[in-house]
Amino acid sequence: MAKEIANTTSFLEYAPAPESTSILHLKKSYGLFIDGEFVDGHGQSFSTISPATEKKIAEIASANTADVDTAVSAARRALDKTWSKMSGADRGKYLFRIARLVQERARELAVAESLDNGKPIKESRDVDVPLVAAWFFYYAGWADKLDYAGLGANPRSLGVAAQVIPWNFPLLMLAWKIAPALAAGNTVVLKPAETTPLSALLFAEILQQADLPPGVVNIVTGAGETGAALVRHPDVDKVAFTGSTGVGREIAKAIAGTGKKVTLELGGKAANIVFDDAPIDQAVEGIVNGIFFNQGHVCCAGSRLLVQENIHEEVVDRLKQRLSTLRLGDPLDKNTDIGAINSREQLERIRTLSDIGEAEGADRWTAPCVIPENGFWFAPTIFDNVETSSTIAREEIFGPVLSVLTFRTPAEAIAKANNTPYGLSAGIWSDKGSKILAVADKLRAGVIWANTFNRFDPASPFGGYKESGYGREGGRHGLAAYLKSAATQGAKK
Amino acid sequence: MTRLTIPKTYKLYIGGAFPRSESGRSYEVLSAKGAFLANAAQASRKDARDAVVAARGAQSGWAGATAYNRGQVLYRIAELLDGRRAQFVEEISASEGVSAAAAGAQVDEAIDTWIWYAGWADKYAQVTGSGNPVAGPYFNISVPEPTGVVAIVAPQGGAGSTAGGSLLGLVAVVAPALVAGNTVVVIADQTRPLSAISLGEVLATSDVPGGVVNILTGSPAEIAPWLASHADVNALDLAGAEALEWVDLEISAADTLKRVLRPEPGVPERSLDRILAFVETKTVWHTKALI
Repeated sequence: MAKEIANTTSFLEYAPAPESTSILHLKKSYGLFIDGEFVDGHGQSFSTISPATEKKIAEIASANTADVDTAVSAARRALDKTWSKMSGADRGKYLFRIARLVQERARELAVAESLDNGKPIKESRDVDVPLVAAWFFYYAGWADKLDYAGLGANPRSLGVAAQVIPWNFPLLMLAWKIAPALAAGNTVVLKPAETTPLSALLFAEILQQADLPPGVVNIVTGAGETGAALVRHPDVDKVAFTGSTGVGREIAKAIAGTGKKVTLELGGKAANIVFDDAPIDQAVEGIVNGIFFNQGHVCCAGSRLLVQENIHEEVVDRLKQRLSTLRLGDPLDKNTDIGAINSREQLERIRTLSDIGEAEGADRWTAPCVIPENGFWFAPTIFDNVETSSTIAREEIFGPVLSVLTFRTPAEAIAKANNTPYGLSAGIWSDKGSKILAVADKLRAGVIWANTFNRFDPASPFGGYKESGYGREGGRHGLAAYLKSAATQGAKK
Repeated sequence: MTRLTIPKTYKLYIGGAFPRSESGRSYEVLSAKGAFLANAAQASRKDARDAVVAARGAQSGWAGATAYNRGQVLYRIAELLDGRRAQFVEEISASEGVSAAAAGAQVDEAIDTWIWYAGWADKYAQVTGSGNPVAGPYFNISVPEPTGVVAIVAPQGGAGSTAGGSLLGLVAVVAPALVAGNTVVVIADQTRPLSAISLGEVLATSDVPGGVVNILTGSPAEIAPWLASHADVNALDLAGAEALEWVDLEISAADTLKRVLRPEPGVPERSLDRILAFVETKTVWHTKALI
C-alpha cells in the first residue's frame, strides 16, 4: 500500500474531460467552394482522418487544373464585378460579420480543428480560434483606411490572390491569408493543406452565412498538385504561401519573370537563448511553450535551446521534471497538453530525424508517457549535448523535439543563434533589459520574443529573414503586402 | 607646348582597394564616337566572389553604425563628388557623347541623389516601423533592418538602351541600398564604366568603410549569374539586367530565397521603395510586468 501511494502521482491523474463532438454537424463529403457554392471536384477525392484515431472524418473533393481554373475565373469575375467596386467601408463590414460569425461558432470550429489536426482542444479553443476572430476584426477596420497603409493615397489591390496554407494552424493560417487580402480589395483562391481541410470548409459555410458575394473567396481542396496549379495560374496576381522552405523555393522559381507578387512564410530553426540571469521558472515554461506548443508543429518553434553553460544542468533537469507532468493523448480532452502528430508522414520524419540525432551522438531523453494504441504520437523529447553541426541542430524537425546547446558569452550565443540559413524567430531570456535589446539587435530573425515565446497578434508583423522567406503578415506591413501604390499601377504590376 | 596627358589606369574597386582583375583581363572602353578612351578591368567570377567576401565582412560594421553616421557618410560622398565635378563631366562627355552642360546636369543630379538618400538614413525607420498595440501585456515594436549583402546590375548603356546617364544610373541603385546598412556589389555599366571607377575613388576618400561598396567592371552577362547564385548574397537588384537572361537570374536567386528587384528601364527614380526593397522587418516582443 505504501509503495502504491509512493508511485501515485495522483494530483496529475485527471478524469477524462473530452469536448463533445455533438456540436459538429459535418457532412459525409465536401465539395470545392467556388463562386459561393459547393461544387464537385474533378480530381480523385480523398479522406480526411483524425490523426488521433486514424478514423475517417469526411470525404473531400480534389481540385484538378480545370477546377483551379474555374476558381480563379470566379475570383477574377468577383474582383471585376463586385469587390473592386464596393466601398472600403462595405468590404470592412463583411469582414466584421465574418469575425462575429467565427466568434459565434468558436466552439464548433475549435472541435473541428482539434479533430482534424490533432492539436489539443485547449489550444484550438484558447489560441487558434480566438486569433482567427481577432485577425478578421483587425483587418476589417483597415478596409476603409487604405490611404494610411504607407503606400500613399489611393493604393490599389493587387487583384486575384492565390493562397496556399499548411496543416499546423489550418484555420488561423486561413485567417492570416484571407483577412488582409479582402481588406485590401483582393479576391482569393485558397488551398488548405491536404490533411486539414475541414475547418476551411466550415469557414466556407460561414462565408455563406455572411452573404459574402460569390467568388470573392474560393476554396479548392487537394494535394500538392492543386497548389502548384494554383500558384502557376497565369491569371493570378499575388501568391501567398506558408509552408516548407523547399516548396517556397519552387514557388519563387515558378513566379520568376512574371508580374506576380509573393509572400513566403517558410521554415525555421529558432534559437531560444537562456542567460544565467533569466527568471528560470518563466524560462522553463517558455522553453516548453516554445517547442511543445502544437506538438512542435510550428515554423517559429524554439527548437534550439541555447543555454548558458553555468545553468545548463539546472535548466535541463527542470525541463525534464516539467515535461514529465505534460499529458499526452486525446486532443479533444480539455486536460491534454500534447496532442497527436498531424500525419503518419510527419511522424516518420520526426522519428527519422530523432534517430539521426541519437546516431550522431546527442543524448536522448523521452518524457515518460503512455502512447495511445491508434493514431500518430511522439512523446516530448530532449536531445542534450547537441553540436552545432548536428543534423538535429540544422534541420527543421517540426515536432516535439528540443535540441540543447550551450554557450558562455553573449557573443557566442549570437553567433550560434545566427548559424543557420533560417531566420524566422528567436527567444531571449534574461532579467537585464539592456542585454536583451543588444542581443535582439544582433539576431537575424524576423520575430524576437524576450521573456516570452510563441506570441501572435494581428497587429504585430510576423515573417522571416534569409531562407525563412519574405514579406510580413500582420499589422500594417501585412496589409501592404496586398496593395500597390497608385503610382505603380501602370505597366508594371 | 602642350603637356602630355597622364591617362589613368581604371581598375576594380573591392574591399576599399583598387585591384586589377585577378584574371588579368581588360577590355577597351570607347567613346561615343568609337575612339579609344581606356582599358577597363574585365572582372571574373573570382573577382565577384572576392567582392562578396569584402561586402560580407563590412556589413555588420556598416549596419552597426548609427543612422546619423550613415547619413553623414552618404552626405560626405556628395561633398566629394561635387569637388571632383570637372573630372566626372569630362568622363561623361567623352564616353556618352553628350555636351558638357548635359554631363554637368547629370553629375548635379547624382550629387543631389546622394543628398536625398543621405537624409533618409535616420528617418526611414520611423516612417516604416511601428509600435504595435497587441492584446496583452507586451511591449511590441517593428523596425526595419538591412537585408545584408545586395548584388546589383547597374543600368546599362549600349544599343537601344534606355539607361540614361552612366554615373546617375549607378548612384540611383547604389545609394538606396546603402541607406539602411546593406553593403553592395555592383556591376557597372559595361560600355561606359569610367565614371563608376572614378566614383570608387570618391567613395574611398569619403569615410565609406572599405568593402561597403564594391564595384566591378566587365560583362554583366558573365558576372551576374555568379552573384545571383552566391549563397552569401541576400538580395539581387536587376535594375539594369533587362537585356540579360534575367528570368534565369531570378530563378537562380530563388535557391537561397534572395530578395529580387526586377529590371527597371531607365534610371530608377529616387524612392523610399528602393530603400525598403532591401530591408527586413524585425518585430520584438517584450513582457511587461503586471503591476
